[in-house]
Amino acid sequence: MCQSCGCTVNPADLHPAAALDPQRTEVVGVLQNLLAANDRVAGHNRQHFDEHGLLAINLMSSPGAGKTTLLEATIVALRDRYRIAVIEGDMETDNDAVRIRAHGVPAYQITTGAACHLDAHLVHRALHELPLAGIDLLFIENVGNLICPASFDLGQHRNVILLCTTEGDDKPAKYPVMFRAADLVLLSKADLLGVLDDFDPARAVAALRGLGLETPMIETAARRAPAIGAWLSWLEQQLAERGSSTSGRMPRSHETVAA
Amino acid sequence: MHELSICQSLLAQVTDIAASRGASVVARITVELGPLCGVEPALLASAFEVARAGSCAEGAELHIEIIDVSARCAMCGATTRVQPNRLVCGECGDYRMHLVSGDEMRLRGVELRLPQTPSVLTDQASLPETRLCANPAAVL
Repeated sequence: MCQSCGCTVNPADLHPAAALDPQRTEVVGVLQNLLAANDRVAGHNRQHFDEHGLLAINLMSSPGAGKTTLLEATIVALRDRYRIAVIEGDMETDNDAVRIRAHGVPAYQITTGAACHLDAHLVHRALHELPLAGIDLLFIENVGNLICPASFDLGQHRNVILLCTTEGDDKPAKYPVMFRAADLVLLSKADLLGVLDDFDPARAVAALRGLGLETPMIETAARRAPAIGAWLSWLEQQLAERGSSTSGRMPRSHETVAA
Repeated sequence: MHELSICQSLLAQVTDIAASRGASVVARITVELGPLCGVEPALLASAFEVARAGSCAEGAELHIEIIDVSARCAMCGATTRVQPNRLVCGECGDYRMHLVSGDEMRLRGVELRLPQTPSVLTDQASLPETRLCANPAAVL
Protein backbone atom coordinates (compact mmCIF):
# COMPACT_ATOMS: atom_id res chain seq x y z
CA MET A 1 0.00 0.00 0.00
CA CYS A 2 1.18 3.51 -0.74
CA GLN A 3 2.90 4.93 2.34
CA SER A 4 1.81 8.46 1.53
CA CYS A 5 -1.89 8.32 0.81
CA GLY A 6 -3.00 4.73 1.29
CA CYS A 7 -3.75 3.98 -2.35
CA THR A 8 -3.12 0.43 -3.59
CA VAL A 9 -2.47 1.06 -7.25
CA ASN A 10 1.31 0.99 -7.14
CA PRO A 11 2.88 -2.47 -6.84
CA ALA A 12 6.15 -0.95 -5.69
CA ASP A 13 4.47 0.40 -2.54
CA LEU A 14 5.62 3.86 -3.42
CA HIS A 15 3.51 6.90 -3.90
CA PRO A 16 3.41 7.33 -7.72
CA ALA A 17 4.26 11.00 -7.51
CA ALA A 18 7.18 10.32 -5.20
CA ALA A 19 8.38 7.44 -7.35
CA LEU A 20 8.44 9.84 -10.27
CA ASP A 21 11.15 11.99 -8.75
CA PRO A 22 13.07 10.57 -5.80
CA GLN A 23 14.67 13.96 -5.21
CA ARG A 24 11.37 15.27 -3.95
CA THR A 25 11.54 13.34 -0.71
CA GLU A 26 14.23 14.07 1.84
CA VAL A 27 14.68 12.15 5.05
CA VAL A 28 16.42 14.23 7.72
CA GLY A 29 17.92 12.68 10.85
CA VAL A 30 17.68 15.00 13.83
CA LEU A 31 18.09 13.40 17.29
CA GLN A 32 17.18 16.50 19.23
CA ASN A 33 15.40 16.67 22.56
CA LEU A 34 11.80 17.77 22.12
CA LEU A 35 12.29 20.35 24.84
CA ALA A 36 15.52 21.73 23.40
CA ALA A 37 14.11 25.29 23.35
CA ASN A 38 13.09 25.06 27.02
CA ASP A 39 16.45 23.53 27.91
CA ARG A 40 18.32 26.39 26.23
CA VAL A 41 16.45 28.96 28.32
CA ALA A 42 16.94 26.80 31.43
CA GLY A 43 20.68 26.89 30.78
CA HIS A 44 20.45 30.65 30.46
CA ASN A 45 18.58 30.87 33.78
CA ARG A 46 21.26 28.74 35.42
CA GLN A 47 23.85 31.14 34.08
CA HIS A 48 21.95 34.00 35.76
CA PHE A 49 21.94 32.08 39.04
CA ASP A 50 25.61 31.20 38.84
CA GLU A 51 26.66 34.74 37.98
CA HIS A 52 24.83 35.95 41.08
CA GLY A 53 26.28 33.12 43.16
CA LEU A 54 22.88 32.01 44.39
CA LEU A 55 21.45 28.57 45.00
CA ALA A 56 18.18 27.85 43.15
CA ILE A 57 15.87 25.15 44.47
CA ASN A 58 12.87 23.85 42.52
CA LEU A 59 10.24 22.69 45.01
CA MET A 60 7.68 20.22 43.67
CA SER A 61 4.86 18.12 45.14
CA SER A 62 1.17 17.31 44.89
CA PRO A 63 -1.17 20.20 45.67
CA GLY A 64 -1.54 20.61 49.42
CA ALA A 65 1.63 18.77 50.46
CA GLY A 66 2.81 21.85 52.35
CA LYS A 67 5.31 23.59 50.06
CA THR A 68 4.36 27.14 51.05
CA THR A 69 4.15 26.31 54.75
CA LEU A 70 7.59 24.70 54.59
CA LEU A 71 8.95 27.80 52.86
CA GLU A 72 7.46 30.07 55.53
CA ALA A 73 9.12 28.05 58.32
CA THR A 74 12.39 27.93 56.35
CA ILE A 75 12.38 31.70 55.84
CA VAL A 76 11.75 32.32 59.55
CA ALA A 77 14.66 30.01 60.43
CA LEU A 78 17.18 31.33 57.88
CA ARG A 79 16.31 34.93 57.04
CA ASP A 80 18.80 36.39 59.52
CA ARG A 81 21.69 34.53 57.86
CA TYR A 82 20.72 34.29 54.20
CA ARG A 83 18.99 36.58 51.75
CA ILE A 84 16.05 34.61 50.36
CA ALA A 85 13.65 35.17 47.46
CA VAL A 86 10.78 33.07 46.17
CA ILE A 87 9.14 32.55 42.78
CA GLU A 88 5.64 31.18 43.25
CA GLY A 89 3.86 29.17 40.57
CA ASP A 90 0.11 28.67 40.70
CA MET A 91 -2.60 28.40 38.10
CA GLU A 92 -4.48 31.29 39.72
CA THR A 93 -4.23 33.74 42.68
CA ASP A 94 -1.23 35.38 44.32
CA ASN A 95 -2.14 33.98 47.74
CA ASP A 96 1.18 32.17 48.16
CA ALA A 97 3.29 35.19 47.22
CA VAL A 98 1.33 37.29 49.71
CA ARG A 99 2.09 34.73 52.44
CA ILE A 100 5.81 34.79 51.60
CA ARG A 101 6.04 38.60 51.44
CA ALA A 102 4.47 38.78 54.91
CA HIS A 103 7.80 37.38 56.16
CA GLY A 104 9.72 40.28 54.64
CA VAL A 105 11.07 38.30 51.71
CA PRO A 106 10.68 39.28 48.01
CA ALA A 107 8.29 37.00 46.15
CA TYR A 108 7.10 37.01 42.56
CA GLN A 109 3.92 35.20 41.63
CA ILE A 110 3.64 33.47 38.27
CA THR A 111 0.04 32.58 37.42
CA THR A 112 0.13 29.94 34.73
CA GLY A 113 -3.55 30.08 33.77
CA ALA A 114 -4.29 26.76 32.11
CA ALA A 115 -0.72 25.44 32.29
CA CYS A 116 -0.02 22.69 34.79
CA HIS A 117 3.69 23.42 35.25
CA LEU A 118 6.33 26.13 35.20
CA ASP A 119 8.72 26.23 32.28
CA ALA A 120 12.06 27.94 31.80
CA HIS A 121 10.57 30.86 29.87
CA LEU A 122 8.11 31.70 32.67
CA VAL A 123 10.89 31.56 35.26
CA HIS A 124 13.15 33.69 33.10
CA ARG A 125 10.58 36.47 32.97
CA ALA A 126 10.20 36.25 36.75
CA LEU A 127 13.96 36.54 37.30
CA HIS A 128 13.89 40.07 35.95
CA GLU A 129 11.32 41.05 38.59
CA LEU A 130 13.54 39.98 41.49
CA PRO A 131 16.66 41.61 42.98
CA LEU A 132 18.92 38.65 42.19
CA ALA A 133 22.10 40.56 43.02
CA GLY A 134 21.23 40.53 46.71
CA ILE A 135 19.99 36.94 46.95
CA ASP A 136 21.74 33.85 48.36
CA LEU A 137 18.88 31.38 48.10
CA LEU A 138 16.07 31.32 45.55
CA PHE A 139 13.15 28.96 45.93
CA ILE A 140 10.96 28.22 42.94
CA GLU A 141 7.69 26.77 44.19
CA ASN A 142 6.31 24.88 41.22
CA VAL A 143 2.65 24.29 40.45
CA GLY A 144 1.31 21.50 42.69
CA ASN A 145 1.45 18.48 40.37
CA LEU A 146 3.44 15.25 40.48
CA ILE A 147 3.49 14.75 36.71
CA CYS A 148 4.09 17.67 34.37
CA PRO A 149 6.69 19.78 36.26
CA ALA A 150 9.13 16.85 36.18
CA SER A 151 9.70 17.25 32.44
CA PHE A 152 10.72 20.92 32.46
CA ASP A 153 14.18 22.07 33.49
CA LEU A 154 13.91 25.56 34.97
CA GLY A 155 17.64 26.10 35.47
CA GLN A 156 17.52 25.09 39.15
CA HIS A 157 20.50 23.57 40.92
CA ARG A 158 18.48 21.12 42.99
CA ASN A 159 15.06 19.50 42.82
CA VAL A 160 13.34 18.96 46.15
CA ILE A 161 10.14 16.93 46.20
CA LEU A 162 7.70 16.80 49.07
CA LEU A 163 5.93 13.53 49.76
CA CYS A 164 3.15 14.21 52.24
CA THR A 165 2.12 11.77 54.97
CA THR A 166 -1.51 12.23 53.94
CA GLU A 167 -0.66 10.72 50.56
CA GLY A 168 0.06 7.04 49.98
CA ASP A 169 3.52 5.76 50.89
CA ASP A 170 3.67 4.15 47.42
CA LYS A 171 3.70 7.54 45.64
CA PRO A 172 7.30 7.10 44.34
CA ALA A 173 6.27 3.87 42.57
CA LYS A 174 3.22 5.61 41.07
CA TYR A 175 5.11 8.72 39.88
CA PRO A 176 8.57 7.40 38.93
CA VAL A 177 9.42 10.26 36.56
CA MET A 178 8.90 12.89 39.25
CA PHE A 179 10.68 11.04 42.04
CA ARG A 180 13.59 10.10 39.80
CA ALA A 181 14.13 13.85 39.30
CA ALA A 182 14.56 14.44 43.05
CA ASP A 183 17.84 15.37 44.69
CA LEU A 184 16.06 15.24 48.03
CA VAL A 185 12.67 13.94 49.15
CA LEU A 186 11.01 15.58 52.15
CA LEU A 187 8.40 13.61 54.04
CA SER A 188 6.15 16.55 54.94
CA LYS A 189 3.62 16.80 57.78
CA ALA A 190 5.59 14.08 59.56
CA ASP A 191 4.00 15.22 62.85
CA LEU A 192 0.84 13.49 61.61
CA LEU A 193 2.52 10.06 61.43
CA GLY A 194 1.28 9.27 64.93
CA VAL A 195 -2.34 9.41 63.82
CA LEU A 196 -1.91 8.16 60.24
CA ASP A 197 -1.43 4.44 60.77
CA ASP A 198 -1.58 3.70 57.03
CA PHE A 199 1.57 5.61 56.09
CA ASP A 200 4.83 3.77 56.73
CA PRO A 201 7.97 5.87 56.05
CA ALA A 202 9.97 2.65 55.56
CA ARG A 203 7.63 1.67 52.72
CA ALA A 204 8.06 5.11 51.15
CA VAL A 205 11.86 4.70 51.27
CA ALA A 206 11.53 1.19 49.79
CA ALA A 207 9.43 2.60 46.92
CA LEU A 208 12.12 5.22 46.33
CA ARG A 209 14.86 2.56 46.29
CA GLY A 210 12.70 0.57 43.87
CA LEU A 211 13.32 3.37 41.36
CA GLY A 212 17.03 2.65 41.51
CA LEU A 213 17.73 5.70 43.64
CA GLU A 214 19.85 6.51 46.66
CA THR A 215 18.03 9.84 47.08
CA PRO A 216 17.84 10.79 50.78
CA MET A 217 14.48 11.27 52.49
CA ILE A 218 14.12 13.71 55.40
CA GLU A 219 11.09 14.12 57.66
CA THR A 220 9.75 17.63 58.18
CA ALA A 221 6.95 19.21 60.18
CA ALA A 222 6.48 22.88 59.37
CA ARG A 223 3.36 23.98 61.27
CA ARG A 224 2.86 24.83 64.96
CA ALA A 225 6.14 23.46 66.38
CA PRO A 226 8.38 23.32 63.28
CA ALA A 227 10.79 20.38 63.16
CA ILE A 228 12.87 21.10 60.06
CA GLY A 229 16.43 20.87 61.38
CA ALA A 230 17.62 18.15 59.00
CA TRP A 231 16.17 20.04 56.04
CA LEU A 232 17.94 23.25 57.11
CA SER A 233 21.22 21.34 57.49
CA TRP A 234 20.83 19.93 53.98
CA LEU A 235 20.15 23.44 52.63
CA GLU A 236 23.17 24.91 54.40
CA GLN A 237 25.34 22.11 53.04
CA GLN A 238 24.16 22.89 49.50
CA LEU A 239 24.76 26.61 50.09
CA ALA A 240 28.28 25.89 51.30
CA GLU A 241 28.93 23.76 48.22
CA ARG A 242 27.71 26.58 45.98
CA GLY A 243 30.03 28.96 47.83
CA SER A 244 27.39 31.64 47.54
CA SER A 245 28.97 33.98 50.08
CA THR A 246 32.37 33.97 48.40
CA SER A 247 31.30 34.56 44.80
CA GLY A 248 32.99 37.72 43.64
CA ARG A 249 32.01 37.53 40.01
CA MET A 250 30.22 40.50 38.53
CA PRO A 251 26.78 39.83 37.17
CA ARG A 252 26.61 39.97 33.41
CA SER A 253 23.80 42.03 31.97
CA HIS A 254 21.01 40.02 30.45
CA GLU A 255 21.08 41.92 27.18
CA THR A 256 24.38 40.34 26.24
CA VAL A 257 22.97 36.83 26.43
CA ALA A 258 20.50 35.39 23.96
CA ALA A 259 17.52 33.89 25.77
CA MET B 1 -1.57 17.78 30.04
CA HIS B 2 1.94 19.05 29.27
CA GLU B 3 1.93 16.96 26.07
CA LEU B 4 0.42 19.92 24.21
CA SER B 5 3.34 22.18 25.25
CA ILE B 6 5.79 19.50 24.17
CA CYS B 7 3.94 18.99 20.90
CA GLN B 8 4.12 22.71 20.14
CA SER B 9 7.86 22.57 20.79
CA LEU B 10 8.11 19.55 18.46
CA LEU B 11 6.23 21.37 15.69
CA ALA B 12 8.45 24.45 16.08
CA GLN B 13 11.52 22.24 15.56
CA VAL B 14 9.96 20.48 12.57
CA THR B 15 8.91 23.78 10.99
CA ASP B 16 12.44 25.14 11.35
CA ILE B 17 13.93 22.03 9.74
CA ALA B 18 11.43 22.12 6.85
CA ALA B 19 12.10 25.82 6.25
CA SER B 20 15.88 25.33 6.30
CA ARG B 21 15.56 22.63 3.61
CA GLY B 22 13.12 24.56 1.46
CA ALA B 23 10.32 22.08 2.06
CA SER B 24 6.75 23.23 2.48
CA VAL B 25 5.30 19.85 3.42
CA VAL B 26 6.31 17.41 6.15
CA ALA B 27 5.21 13.87 5.40
CA ARG B 28 6.38 11.98 8.45
CA ILE B 29 7.77 12.77 11.90
CA THR B 30 9.52 10.13 13.97
CA VAL B 31 9.79 10.64 17.71
CA GLU B 32 11.46 8.44 20.32
CA LEU B 33 9.91 8.26 23.78
CA GLY B 34 11.14 6.37 26.80
CA PRO B 35 8.62 5.40 29.51
CA LEU B 36 10.59 7.57 31.97
CA CYS B 37 10.45 10.75 29.89
CA GLY B 38 7.18 11.87 31.41
CA VAL B 39 5.28 12.02 28.13
CA GLU B 40 2.36 9.71 27.49
CA PRO B 41 2.54 8.55 23.84
CA ALA B 42 -1.25 8.43 23.34
CA LEU B 43 -1.63 11.95 24.73
CA LEU B 44 1.19 13.24 22.53
CA ALA B 45 -0.57 11.73 19.52
CA SER B 46 -3.85 13.40 20.54
CA ALA B 47 -2.11 16.72 21.10
CA PHE B 48 -0.49 16.39 17.68
CA GLU B 49 -3.93 16.15 16.05
CA VAL B 50 -4.80 19.54 17.53
CA ALA B 51 -1.46 21.32 17.32
CA ARG B 52 -0.58 20.45 13.72
CA ALA B 53 -3.56 22.34 12.24
CA GLY B 54 -2.35 25.09 9.95
CA SER B 55 1.31 24.03 10.15
CA CYS B 56 3.52 22.53 7.46
CA ALA B 57 2.99 19.21 9.25
CA GLU B 58 -0.78 19.35 8.91
CA GLY B 59 -0.78 16.20 6.79
CA ALA B 60 2.17 14.51 8.47
CA GLU B 61 2.12 11.08 10.01
CA LEU B 62 3.47 11.04 13.57
CA HIS B 63 5.39 7.87 14.27
CA ILE B 64 6.23 7.25 17.93
CA GLU B 65 8.87 4.66 18.85
CA ILE B 66 9.01 3.49 22.44
CA ILE B 67 12.46 2.87 23.90
CA ASP B 68 12.86 0.14 26.52
CA VAL B 69 14.03 1.04 30.00
CA SER B 70 17.41 -0.45 30.79
CA ALA B 71 19.82 0.28 33.60
CA ARG B 72 23.33 -0.66 34.66
CA CYS B 73 23.99 -1.92 38.16
CA ALA B 74 26.58 0.07 40.09
CA MET B 75 27.38 -3.06 42.14
CA CYS B 76 27.69 -5.98 39.69
CA GLY B 77 27.93 -4.00 36.44
CA ALA B 78 25.17 -5.92 34.65
CA THR B 79 22.89 -3.99 32.29
CA THR B 80 19.35 -5.31 32.37
CA ARG B 81 15.92 -4.38 31.06
CA VAL B 82 13.77 -3.10 33.91
CA GLN B 83 10.27 -1.80 34.60
CA PRO B 84 9.85 2.00 34.77
CA ASN B 85 8.98 1.87 38.47
CA ARG B 86 11.13 -1.13 39.39
CA LEU B 87 14.70 -0.22 38.59
CA VAL B 88 16.48 -2.99 40.42
CA CYS B 89 19.24 -5.12 38.97
CA GLY B 90 17.97 -8.16 37.11
CA GLU B 91 21.17 -10.03 38.08
CA CYS B 92 21.94 -9.19 41.71
CA GLY B 93 18.83 -7.30 42.82
CA ASP B 94 20.65 -4.14 43.97
CA TYR B 95 18.88 -0.77 43.66
CA ARG B 96 21.93 1.37 42.93
CA MET B 97 21.30 1.63 39.21
CA HIS B 98 22.31 4.03 36.47
CA LEU B 99 19.74 4.55 33.75
CA VAL B 100 21.09 3.56 30.34
CA SER B 101 17.95 4.19 28.29
CA GLY B 102 14.27 4.86 28.80
CA ASP B 103 14.03 8.61 29.46
CA GLU B 104 14.41 9.71 25.84
CA MET B 105 12.09 12.37 24.50
CA ARG B 106 13.55 13.29 21.17
CA LEU B 107 12.85 14.00 17.55
CA ARG B 108 14.63 11.29 15.59
CA GLY B 109 13.90 12.51 12.09
CA VAL B 110 11.51 13.99 9.59
CA GLU B 111 10.56 13.09 6.04
CA LEU B 112 10.10 16.17 3.90
CA ARG B 113 8.42 16.67 0.53
CA LEU B 114 10.42 19.13 -1.52
CA PRO B 115 8.85 21.25 -4.28
CA GLN B 116 8.59 19.58 -7.68
CA THR B 117 11.53 20.17 -9.95
CA PRO B 118 10.70 22.12 -13.14
CA SER B 119 11.54 19.14 -15.38
CA VAL B 120 8.91 17.05 -13.64
CA LEU B 121 6.33 19.80 -13.71
CA THR B 122 6.65 20.29 -17.45
CA ASP B 123 7.17 16.71 -18.50
CA GLN B 124 3.53 15.61 -18.19
CA ALA B 125 3.98 12.87 -20.78
CA SER B 126 6.18 10.92 -18.42
CA LEU B 127 3.45 10.55 -15.80
CA PRO B 128 2.65 6.88 -15.37
CA GLU B 129 -0.88 5.46 -15.51
CA THR B 130 -0.75 4.88 -11.78
CA ARG B 131 -0.87 8.65 -11.24
CA LEU B 132 -4.54 8.21 -10.34
CA CYS B 133 -4.67 7.87 -6.62
CA ALA B 134 -7.34 6.65 -4.22
CA ASN B 135 -6.92 9.88 -2.32
CA PRO B 136 -6.46 12.62 -4.91
CA ALA B 137 -5.95 15.26 -2.24
CA ALA B 138 -2.77 13.49 -1.17
CA VAL B 139 -1.22 13.63 -4.65
CA LEU B 140 1.23 16.46 -4.75
